[in-house]
Amino acid sequence: MTFLKIEGLKKNFQIVHLNQTIHAVQQLDFSMEQGEFVGITGKSGSGKSTILKSIYRTYLPEAGRIYFDSEKYGWLDLQKASEREIIYLRKYEIGYVSQFLNVMPRTTARQLVEQSVLATGRSLIEAQKEAEKVLSHFELDRKLWDTYPNTFSGGEKLRVNIAIAAVKKPRLLLLDEPTASLDQQSKQKVKEVIQKLKESGTTLLGVFHDIEFMDELCDHIFEMSQQSFKRAGAAL
Amino acid sequence: MHDEPILKIQRLEKVFGRGCSHCQHEDTRQLEKNFCPYCGTVYACRNISFELFPGEILGIVGESGSGKSTLMQCLYFDETATGGEMFINHEDFKGKNIFALSNQQKRNVRNHILGMVYQNPTKGLKMNFSSIGNIAEKLIAAGNRHVGEMERVGMELLDKVHIPLFRMKEEPKRFSGGMQQRVQIAKALSNYPPILFLDEVTTGLDLSVQASVLDLIKTIQREMGISMIVVSHDLAVIRMLADRTMVMLNGEVIEAGLTDQVLEDPQDAYTQQLVYSLL
Ligand SMILES: Nc1ncnc2c1ncn2[C@@H]1O[C@H](COP(=O)(O)OP(=O)(O)OP(=O)(O)O)[C@@H](O)[C@H]1O
Ligand SMILES: Nc1ncnc2c1ncn2[C@@H]1O[C@H](COP(=O)(O)OP(=O)(O)OP(=O)(O)O)[C@@H](O)[C@H]1O
Ligand SMILES: [Mg+2]
Ligand SMILES: [Mg+2]
Ligand SMILES: [Zn+2]
Repeated sequence: MTFLKIEGLKKNFQIVHLNQTIHAVQQLDFSMEQGEFVGITGKSGSGKSTILKSIYRTYLPEAGRIYFDSEKYGWLDLQKASEREIIYLRKYEIGYVSQFLNVMPRTTARQLVEQSVLATGRSLIEAQKEAEKVLSHFELDRKLWDTYPNTFSGGEKLRVNIAIAAVKKPRLLLLDEPTASLDQQSKQKVKEVIQKLKESGTTLLGVFHDIEFMDELCDHIFEMSQQSFKRAGAAL
Repeated sequence: MHDEPILKIQRLEKVFGRGCSHCQHEDTRQLEKNFCPYCGTVYACRNISFELFPGEILGIVGESGSGKSTLMQCLYFDETATGGEMFINHEDFKGKNIFALSNQQKRNVRNHILGMVYQNPTKGLKMNFSSIGNIAEKLIAAGNRHVGEMERVGMELLDKVHIPLFRMKEEPKRFSGGMQQRVQIAKALSNYPPILFLDEVTTGLDLSVQASVLDLIKTIQREMGISMIVVSHDLAVIRMLADRTMVMLNGEVIEAGLTDQVLEDPQDAYTQQLVYSLL
């Protein structure tokens, strides 16, 4: 069953006061199945993040359709979905993890993960349980649970970031270079985290620079070139 | 998820002045920003429509003078909107244009359904009353008469906004800006309003105080399920709090959408400049 399907996606950025058009993605077609882990690679500026952000509706594409198999709404074009529907999907079905942690200041790692559960309407007791589970699952040092993530290392921040998204058990998780700027050891940890997510049935679409990393984890790899996918299909 | 908006605004307009032949007609008027150069009439809010959903935080950004506070004040009836309609999804007011109600009825709406935190704390607080007295004032307006009960609610709320209870009898004029804003928030919450308006609550506060006020707002939203409109110059504040955001310029809403979309992929030329200049 197709889970996510992109047809003819096109995104340009019009920078009005500079009178410029930046071409990011042209005529992109793509589809993936539930439970798969698909990787996207390509040169810097080739449009990889633009694809993920168009799926998440942070960017408004100029043309094309992005169908998603939603539990609540069924087969849905994310470009046509209402803002309310997108807010719902972001809460329950689609997660987005970037390499940056953008969270409330003065909130501890544990609270951040708990709040992520609370936002889906579950009880405080459940939230506390889930938060502990996910933080230990992703092996964040217990000493850090009750401190503020802005003092964490890159790898620790990233694990909090993934924990916040993963604790909601989204059907689809978008990962935008979650391993960029990490040392080898942290990368290994993140790899294990992603492996665990995949085993738990989460469908993953991720952007990575590290080909070796992708080779080991991904079912399919696409390479961006000329603002579209160069190679489609089977794993490399 | 509820799909009925709790608040719905249609074509709200606020004009200061009488207008003249040059500016009375919407299609032909030539304004300098929001101002008619011939007669001096200010078109502070024009054709503003939006919906606010239960439990949602809606952000409003825009440069100084764009009409944000005027809009908030019209919604709280401090100013009388000169046009447009306001609907609230509440059994007592179903299908009624709130702007067309009597002053008595509007007061009723304000005392039971709305809360407001002003940009300027001297507007929201009596600076010479005690903090707990300020809260009692709002509770009395909402129909409370029981002193002990009012004191209990007041203490609970001051505690919630982290004002030490041993200072509850002090006047807000002796408090720091951040504490004044927190007393204002406690006061606004005292009638448990389903709708809360927050106008630049963190402006002028230092960063750590800002963080604690933001955290407080998030906690209120989560624990009390209150719907809020948050006005701020500060895009970081909006990004942190709001799911959806409207951008105002010269009294009009020029762009609206999911907050991250408005900030990262702004469509309107003015929004682009606003966002890029602040990044
Ligand atoms: N919000 C934006 N506003 C304007 N232009 C943008 C925006 N986001 C991306 N672009 C432009 O679109 C093109 C594709 O950018 P994108 O971020 O998708 O590349 P990428 O493949 O993710 O690159 P990197 O590997 O460096 O992250 C670039 O030319 C970029 O400058
Ligand atoms: N009582 C009034 N009489 C005449 N003009 C007014 C009055 N109150 C506000 N205005 C005008 O209405 C416009 C909008 O003002 P408003 O205070 O709503 O702006 P704002 O967006 O809140 O600005 P800021 O970011 O500086 O708080 C301004 O041009 C202002 O001068
Ligand atoms: Mg990128
Ligand atoms: Mg103002
Ligand atoms: Zn005029």
